[in-house]
Amino acid sequence: MLTVNRYKCCYCGACVGVCPTCALELVETFIEVSPDCKECGICTKICPVGALEVKA
Amino acid sequence: MSMKCDLVVVGAGPGGSMTAKTAAQAGLKVVLLEKRQEIGDPVRCAEGVGKRALCEMVKPEPEWIAAEVKGAKIYAPDGTSIVMSEDKSGSEVGYVLERKVFDRALAMQAAEAGAKVMVKTRALGLLKKDGVPCGVSAMRVGEPLQIEAPIVIGADGVESKVGRWAGIDTALKLKDMETCAQFLVQDNTIDDEYTEFFLGNSIAPAGYAWAFPKGEKLANVGLGVLGTRSKPGEATRLLKDFVKARYPNGKVLEMVVGGDPCAGQIESTTSDGVMLVGDAARQTDPLTGGGILSAMQAGIMAGEVASKALTAGDVSKAGLKEYEDRWREDIGKHLTRSYEFKEFFVKMTDDDLNQLLGSLKKEDISKMDLRGMLRVLFRLNPKLLWELRHLVV
Repeated sequence: MLTVNRYKCCYCGACVGVCPTCALELVETFIEVSPDCKECGICTKICPVGALEVKA
Repeated sequence: MSMKCDLVVVGAGPGGSMTAKTAAQAGLKVVLLEKRQEIGDPVRCAEGVGKRALCEMVKPEPEWIAAEVKGAKIYAPDGTSIVMSEDKSGSEVGYVLERKVFDRALAMQAAEAGAKVMVKTRALGLLKKDGVPCGVSAMRVGEPLQIEAPIVIGADGVESKVGRWAGIDTALKLKDMETCAQFLVQDNTIDDEYTEFFLGNSIAPAGYAWAFPKGEKLANVGLGVLGTRSKPGEATRLLKDFVKARYPNGKVLEMVVGGDPCAGQIESTTSDGVMLVGDAARQTDPLTGGGILSAMQAGIMAGEVASKALTAGDVSKAGLKEYEDRWREDIGKHLTRSYEFKEFFVKMTDDDLNQLLGSLKKEDISKMDLRGMLRVLFRLNPKLLWELRHLVV
């Protein structure tokens, strides 16, 4: 599953912009992950601070 | 709770506020939504903007101008530099803004023109009647709110949802997004008079690093890395290295991160009852990453078209076509050209970059604009730049 380390996240929304399934949402100061997430990992690469991780 | 208006604008950045202001001035009942508690904060921007184009749209106020610069210095990977004067270097050089103040000032102008501004109000989806958008459902400070409006503007930034809700695919590919990090650095070696650009694949792969002065010995020092060349956390890691090397005694006072679209023109920015503006429409310059001016310009266009479409009684995609036509004619052409440069630039090795900037050393480029400089570059490096020959006219 996709995890968001909220202590690292700077809530910039870059991950939301690249998500192909529209599964992410930036709610002011945190990222919400919806069940539409396919765990493709694209968002993890764009994250400037490395807050996202697809865990087995 | 529910309310009705003529136009609801999602996002109170420069694009959204200019749309709201223009439409309100034309007599429309406008609601401007901002999901954050505070407009303009946190910043996700290097804050550089061209002086002339900005002044054509708004009267500059000293409160939101952090610094004014003389020009731009561009550094090759081997340290060779060239200098361009401010009036020639394009839309990201001239003023360095204080976005926190600037964004709020623009929202205030929209409010003064009659728009209703609502903060901590997040759009959750489009209201639809017979499949056609007719407003937004939102959450305001945790409570549901429905805003009925014949036209919805998506000025909701890099993380835009409005377009996607309306069936417009705005998802960015990794090759069309720069991942960026920036520190506000205080250091005695900072150049207060020039914006600086540093090229090199070890500094910022398929991107560049920048230092934009923000007042005495203070600068936004940041860098962007192309998505396809990035790993988790890469932008911040590379920035730490860059700052350590360039400003070993520098003090970091603020941290900013964000994604910058570099996609060129996307296929559509309108649908029935919906227009997209600014980063949401991916109107950012793909080569420089600058997007403030194009967002504001597009916002003015969208505001004008919204007013016309409502008067004409046609808010369908066809009725909003003028917006699509107008921004593509102006901003769009520039984006396409810039995108071709970007696609070429991201393939360049450090040797290529050294050769290009090195070739300009004996030329007087102080009076040249970007196009003039390119012509000289092409004359001096025809082989290297062969692919771009159609752009050199």
